[in-house]
Amino acid sequence: MTANATRNGAVPGETLRDWLISDRPRSRRQASVGRAYRAWRGFSSNRLAMLGLVIVVGLVLVAIFANLLSPYSPYIGDLRTTRLLPPSPAHWFGTDDQGRDILSRIIQGSRITLFVVVLVAILAAPIGLAVGTVAGYSGGLIDAALMRITDIFLAFPRLILALAFVAALGPGIENAVLAIAITSWPPYARIARAETLTIRQTDYIAAVQLIGASPWRIVLRHIMPLCVASVIVRVTLDMAGIILTAAGLGFLGLGAQPPMPEWGAMIANGRLYVLDQWWVAAAPGAAIFVVSLAFNLLGDGLRDALDPRAAK
Amino acid sequence: MSTGGRGDVRLLRASNALGRFLVVILLTYLGLLAVTFFIGRVIPIDPVLAIVGDRAPEHVIARVREELGLNKPLWEQFYIYVSKVLQGDFGRSVLTSNPVMQDIRRTFPATLELATLGIIIGAGIGVPLGVWAAVRRGRLVDQIIRIVGLVGYSVPIFWLGLMALVVFYARLGWVGGPGRIDVVYEYTLVPVTGLLLLDTARAGEWEAFANALSHLILPASLLGYFALAYISRMTRSFMLNELAQEYVVAARAKGLSESRIIWRHALRNAMVPLVTVIALSYAGLLEGSVLTETVFSWPGLGLYITNSLQNADMNAVLGGTIIVGSIFIGLNLLSDLLYTLLDPRTRTR
Amino acid sequence: MNAPPHLPSRSPYDPMLVVEDLRVSFPRRGGGRTEAVRGVSFTLGRERLGIVGESGSGKSQTGRAILGLTAPEGRVSARRLMFNGVDLMHCTPRERRLLRGGRIAMVLQDPKYSLNPVMTIGDQIVETLRAHTRMSFSEARTRAMAALESVQIDDPKRVYTLYPHEVSGGMGQRAMIAMMLIANPDLLIADEPTSALDVTVQLQVLAVLDALVVERGMGLIFISHDLRLVSTFCDRILVMYAGQVVEEVSAGRLADAKHPYTRGLLNCVPKLGASVHPLPTLDRLPEWAL
Repeated sequence: MTANATRNGAVPGETLRDWLISDRPRSRRQASVGRAYRAWRGFSSNRLAMLGLVIVVGLVLVAIFANLLSPYSPYIGDLRTTRLLPPSPAHWFGTDDQGRDILSRIIQGSRITLFVVVLVAILAAPIGLAVGTVAGYSGGLIDAALMRITDIFLAFPRLILALAFVAALGPGIENAVLAIAITSWPPYARIARAETLTIRQTDYIAAVQLIGASPWRIVLRHIMPLCVASVIVRVTLDMAGIILTAAGLGFLGLGAQPPMPEWGAMIANGRLYVLDQWWVAAAPGAAIFVVSLAFNLLGDGLRDALDPRAAK
Repeated sequence: MSTGGRGDVRLLRASNALGRFLVVILLTYLGLLAVTFFIGRVIPIDPVLAIVGDRAPEHVIARVREELGLNKPLWEQFYIYVSKVLQGDFGRSVLTSNPVMQDIRRTFPATLELATLGIIIGAGIGVPLGVWAAVRRGRLVDQIIRIVGLVGYSVPIFWLGLMALVVFYARLGWVGGPGRIDVVYEYTLVPVTGLLLLDTARAGEWEAFANALSHLILPASLLGYFALAYISRMTRSFMLNELAQEYVVAARAKGLSESRIIWRHALRNAMVPLVTVIALSYAGLLEGSVLTETVFSWPGLGLYITNSLQNADMNAVLGGTIIVGSIFIGLNLLSDLLYTLLDPRTRTR
Repeated sequence: MNAPPHLPSRSPYDPMLVVEDLRVSFPRRGGGRTEAVRGVSFTLGRERLGIVGESGSGKSQTGRAILGLTAPEGRVSARRLMFNGVDLMHCTPRERRLLRGGRIAMVLQDPKYSLNPVMTIGDQIVETLRAHTRMSFSEARTRAMAALESVQIDDPKRVYTLYPHEVSGGMGQRAMIAMMLIANPDLLIADEPTSALDVTVQLQVLAVLDALVVERGMGLIFISHDLRLVSTFCDRILVMYAGQVVEEVSAGRLADAKHPYTRGLLNCVPKLGASVHPLPTLDRLPEWAL
């Protein structure tokens, strides 16, 4: 790691590391890159968090290259010859009641899991962010009303409410996603509001107000971007819960419908044979466990790296 | 000012706070009813079609619509809905053709028994583990307890239940299988509380008691593990906070034993926020039993709700949702009351 | 510096406390260790010793090391650390614990934080007593009432049942003193015992403390940042800077202090009739910290 001549404001003899951890950054870019570097150093020294990151990256790669990686078709099996085979070199995780290779189904199922997680995050996080920042910045009656609604949602049984939503909307993966998103935004609103309340007091918000920026502009351009980090950390910590809820809905037959290789639904199918052919249910459950554990490790590591106060 | 006058002021203040508190509870409850009403009436499944089927003639549909009050304005429908729910009338279940309330009364004790034993296991083990982890912070024990907790956070409980059934029931035969009790005992039992452990113990039927316990212990342990993961983690964090306080230094300076400092001083303070955590975990277990009951064919409220779900029996689903929601709100209330009981600072002034 | 005169060990004329080359260090973030106390030595008889210094000078860590209350990540070493002929460096944790509260006690800074908020004051006092003596609860209760009375609390029956948040800071600190002195210790370490209190209450609490120390013939280590207060209250003063003792003077001869840091502290005390302009500031020369 030696000094890079193209770096702006580089001092001769300074290593890249020195430049990054400098107490006196000479440019805004150096400051932000340095901050990111220090957060990364904190994060990467946490071995469990790195393990989580590796697994999550692995999940994304498996989902992208699912078609290349699956050794067999995830949808069509041979009912005569490959039904309910135990794990073997030919079928690492065995086969299910329709003769389908379980490994291939799990590989394809990673796409569904990723789809659910990403979609819930995309739906729920902005709702929470918007409600929280608007409430925090407006204060007064709007704040009281929005936060009361948030508290009401927080006091609800989330899983059962999601179940009721899906029951009303009809089973299916899209409705499952919608139901989970509807019930998971309140914590994000709480966090965004708390952040907004502190940001609102700062001098630079006062300065923007003096320039005459509209409240919408202030919330959208100056407050929301600062709340994003803590909301992302919380979303990452919630990912495991989202995966488990989605799998639970699948298990109850309310999420992804057959023949989709959704992991929860695969367990429900394997349940019928669990006493004799345990592997049909074992493998998808282990997949859910590994992925949600990875998100938990990643979320913990992110929180510790970005918010040293919470690192206990 | 006389002491009597001051007492009055204090009473007034307390009743004021209680009043505000009741308003919050009322609003939350109203919100719960609004959401269930919304789910039941506004969302796609047409309740008329659900009753008469989609091939019914026009005039039948109109009559049923009239009977259900669906031609009235929405707010009036909501008013009727709320007043019915407050009387405990959730309509009839299509599946069992009983009033939903009656079904819930029948199934709830099974869920209560399961979740209660679960929270006893979860808090009984989770709190000491959290304390131990905090005291041994950064050591091997702390890491192990952290991983035990993380696994509990990450594992799909219904899957763990299945696997545990395979191992402990099918392979090892250590516990009873699905269901609450073996069929042999089912009809000899006189239900009094609906809680099998209590009923069998009252009747002195120890054989039946042991049998019920052998069925209960596995699902309850699973729920307990689920609660333990959260409780131990929060206990650790609260304890670390308390152990860093000055009164702990003072207690050491007094020459108290370390165990007394941990259990009598630090934990006693950590219990204040912990009570809320335990109450919320208990509520979470009542809810989480939906999946566990399905795996263990446990004839409780959760299984009732999922069975109704799969048959689009909305009256039953919404009735169950309202009951679980009410328990959530009730436990929130209870934890707030316990909070004031445990923290002398909130009691006076 | 100021090595104690060589005395035959275990003689009745031994000083109560001998501290020789005491060092306390803590791990630094990013590796290495920082020494908070760097070779402090002093002896103490049945007298009142003041330790003065700015925050971070190691005065509190010195007090805590004597009690064995250094945080677990800290490391304590000393050539000699003797209390009444007991070698504190080679005590078992249990022996150390029985000394605390029984023979050596400590009063902390702010009763708001140093009293347990969820226990009544009476229970906290009784607890000290029962940790050190076998005694029935009712007897301990009577003793606790007497202790509250001895710190000039007029209505001990009522205060006994109160929670810490229900009493004022001055009363809380007096209750703290009662709690720490109830087992009749030989040595009291008071760590900024009045800094968190209102000025008017400070003198009252100090008077209570002084009366009890004199009456029972205890040794006292009075830790403070307030040189004026310490000089009126103590017999002898140690001035600490950056973890070392830079000067030891008797309270009456403070004016003869030689070390520039002490002189600087003295100059900061405003005098009636003298010009206050420019306001005196403290020099901190790096060589003092060597």
